[in-house]
Amino acid sequence: MKKKEKPTHPYIPNSAPKIKAKMLEEIGVKNIEELYADIPASLRYKGELNLPEAILSESALKRHVEGILAKNRSCQESISFLGGGCWPHYVPAICDEVNQRSEFLTAYAGEPYEDHGRFQALFEYESLMGELLDLDVVNVPTYDWSQAASTSIRMAGRITGRREMLISDTISPDRLLAIRNYCRPVVNIRMVGHDPETGLIDLDDLRSKISSSTSGIYFENPSFLGFIEPQGKVISDIAHENGALSVVGVDPISLGVIVPPSHYGADIVCGDIQGLGNHMSFGGGHGGFIATRDEEKFVMEFPSRLFGITKTAVEGEYGFGDVAYDRTSFGVREEGKEFVGTHAALCGITAGVYLSLMGPKGLQELGQSIMQRSQYAMKKLSEIKGVKAPLFTSPHFKEFVVSFKEARKTVEKINRFLLERNIFGGVDLSPHFPELENCALYCVTEIHTKEDIDQLVRALKECLG
Amino acid sequence: MGKEKEPKVRNFHQAKWDEPVIFELDTDGERGILIPEVEKEIEECVGDGVSALPENMRREKPPALPEVGQMRVLKHYLRLSQHCLGADLNVDLGQGTCTMKYSPKVHEEFVRSPKSAELHPSQDESTVQGALEIIYKLDTFLREISGMDSFSLQPGGGSHAILAMASIIHAYHDLKGEADQRDEIITTIFSHPSDAAAAAVKGYKIITLYQNEDGLPEVEALKKAVSERTAGLLITNPEDTGIFNPRIEEFTKIVHEAGGLCGYDQANANGILGITRAREADFDLCFFNLHKTFSSPHGCGGPATGALGVTEELKDFLPVPVVDHDGKKYFLNYNLAHTIGKVRSFHGVFPAFLRAYAWVRSLGPEGLKEAAHIAVLNNNYILKKVKELRGASAPYAKGRHRIEQVRYSWEELTKDTGVTTEDVTFRMADFGFHLWSSHHPFVVPQPFTIEPTESYSKEEIDEYLTGLRKIVEEAYENPEKVKNAPYRSVVHKIDNSTLDDPKKWAITWRAYLKKHKQRE
Repeated sequence: MKKKEKPTHPYIPNSAPKIKAKMLEEIGVKNIEELYADIPASLRYKGELNLPEAILSESALKRHVEGILAKNRSCQESISFLGGGCWPHYVPAICDEVNQRSEFLTAYAGEPYEDHGRFQALFEYESLMGELLDLDVVNVPTYDWSQAASTSIRMAGRITGRREMLISDTISPDRLLAIRNYCRPVVNIRMVGHDPETGLIDLDDLRSKISSSTSGIYFENPSFLGFIEPQGKVISDIAHENGALSVVGVDPISLGVIVPPSHYGADIVCGDIQGLGNHMSFGGGHGGFIATRDEEKFVMEFPSRLFGITKTAVEGEYGFGDVAYDRTSFGVREEGKEFVGTHAALCGITAGVYLSLMGPKGLQELGQSIMQRSQYAMKKLSEIKGVKAPLFTSPHFKEFVVSFKEARKTVEKINRFLLERNIFGGVDLSPHFPELENCALYCVTEIHTKEDIDQLVRALKECLG
Repeated sequence: MGKEKEPKVRNFHQAKWDEPVIFELDTDGERGILIPEVEKEIEECVGDGVSALPENMRREKPPALPEVGQMRVLKHYLRLSQHCLGADLNVDLGQGTCTMKYSPKVHEEFVRSPKSAELHPSQDESTVQGALEIIYKLDTFLREISGMDSFSLQPGGGSHAILAMASIIHAYHDLKGEADQRDEIITTIFSHPSDAAAAAVKGYKIITLYQNEDGLPEVEALKKAVSERTAGLLITNPEDTGIFNPRIEEFTKIVHEAGGLCGYDQANANGILGITRAREADFDLCFFNLHKTFSSPHGCGGPATGALGVTEELKDFLPVPVVDHDGKKYFLNYNLAHTIGKVRSFHGVFPAFLRAYAWVRSLGPEGLKEAAHIAVLNNNYILKKVKELRGASAPYAKGRHRIEQVRYSWEELTKDTGVTTEDVTFRMADFGFHLWSSHHPFVVPQPFTIEPTESYSKEEIDEYLTGLRKIVEEAYENPEKVKNAPYRSVVHKIDNSTLDDPKKWAITWRAYLKKHKQRE
């Protein structure tokens, strides 16, 4: 039998032998090895990479990868109450239709001509977020809320010329780890305590810690623990009286029913857009936003791209481009503000599609239905002996702390019991908040039906009964 | 082999819908999507829900979002997509340093499967063994490709990985009590701007080495730059010129002897897969952009991944968690003694991991090397052809080959005709192409950077070159034609004068209305 010829890899067209030979000839070399002449022998990797052999056919590759993915049990196959910064919201079909378009999915850094659509879509995203936040400046998305908060804090430091940030201690522990790393060693972080009953920021503690070294106070609303902080105005006033800024992290999906932070004195607002039409994707669907007033002293401190609208040589035509490019590291390397690179643009385009679909009424109804469903869940859970929900007495939006302290059962044990009944219980708070031992953070959104919640309640009754 | 066709530029015109801004589609009362109705029993139990809000927290006036019906929203965004040329449509050679290779479509089926899209990052480990397996195995692949000992996939892009490298360098010296003393990071002008900028975020003073006539930084300059203040070196190789620094081992040695660590920016490693590794050049840290070398699509600029690798000595500094295997199952390991904490929330951008995993599996060890070979072949073919263009040149390393890309110059073209790089890039849009200038500062005058990767066929490459040739001809015959371009793109010459003026810039539609349309 004739020896089988090795097929040309479908992803590498010019490895077809005749083409390869022709190109080598044009270059004037005998083989590809000659093109690597600059790499000294001592640096050449002598061995063969110890990697699994190629799966050449697409059909076999699909079977292989899907075989691995089949080992996962997704939230779609279960009832999940996990939130804590990555949220299960419904993703409209049009969001996926738009973000899987080749034109958007495989574009990158084209000029505002051939990539006019990328510029306009991201400008529209900025604009839609601007309405939601009631602010005139929003960035092209950064990586996620962690980065958005970190950068907001560094911006506050540069704007005030001060080096200490106060942070509410009910912040997401995951986010705090990123902020601490991003600020070290330039900005010092000091934590501000909360009232154990209400969860709200301890204003006395805030007043005692704020000083002429404080660049700002950062808090989240709704907080990581789900409750709403109604003292925003007082907190912002305390910051401003001390020459510091008010920096607020917010879940944008709450803003159909809750006032945006700009209404209670926030100078810089940040948060995450995963919930706005982006799938959870094991934490891969995040994008961070940062927003401020349209004042030069704020705008010039953004590290991100800011796409602006302008005109063209043709009357009535919109053009788009980079606003104040020379503040970025692309423009002036280390002299720029922090750095800019590849962040989460496609999540921004998707969030723009989401907000366009929702409109003002959609967001209002969405916010209301989330509040109703989560209140129902809290009420029903509280009726279970040994369960307190919510733990904090303040009003909540979509997440809340469920305390199993009286039931004297660990969240780990409870969640294992629930898992056997195909329910993903809330995030265990015990490892992160010592005072919240045997407490879990539950998340209820518009996707949870009454029956989902009732099932949870029945399972917990069984578990704790 | 089919008959060779005479390459020519297309009679192209990009879609031009004259599409309004979404707010202009606002029609009172239209709805794009409805929310699931709350069950009657829930409403009876809790009432309207929003009354629970304290009065001062209630949003009485809804956000002024547009009201648009569903099909119109779809149409609007599809039209915008047609105003955009992704690598799937463009012959995307012109975005040098960015490795605009083919992103296999079958990967999109994997990332869109609910088995990956509907996973929550805090799920019980037993329910995400498949996801953890992907992460763990990709980590082992990347170890093999780099020679490093452990990877974190958490950073959300190349610049983010540089930040993580700088953070580890800082933590390492801090542990030794030398963080205050070692306050300088050395980089080179042809390394990515973020090698300087992201390190500066960590408070470092940046020392930038410039190129010699070969386009490379001098060993002697490095020797002068290092001292007891040196924290580390962050460097690309081959640099953005596509020239490989053959003395890189001396660089890492000098920095190590001065007590610093060496971080290898391998955002783009496409020309050297299986050819040379971070390990052999004695680097302590490196990173690969999964959205460049490893095929994850660029998504208009993310989400993405800068996979960060380190030697055994630095493993305990990685961000948490990393994925480990105990012989039976995969698990998340938060137990790293000196961890810098986190750089991105949760585990990073899982869809990018999944695509990179599938890409490596679809190529295998031989295929990876072949991808590198052909990327280098394509690049040197283009180098030969661009050098033949009147007015174009390839500064530095005369007579030598390049690795995966070349930074070229239109200096002569500009001198001869007044046509600049920028003019050429805009004219390229008329043929359905993209050409990028280069990162600032423009050390190479009138620069442009081409990186063909392994993905484009010779015929496509020839078509692209024909576009360049045509513009050169125009520049010498009728420079105004080039300078007033584009003509066949979505829009015409953009007026940038408002974009740097605080009184006129408009970053949102509402700001535009206030500043330019005098909304009351």
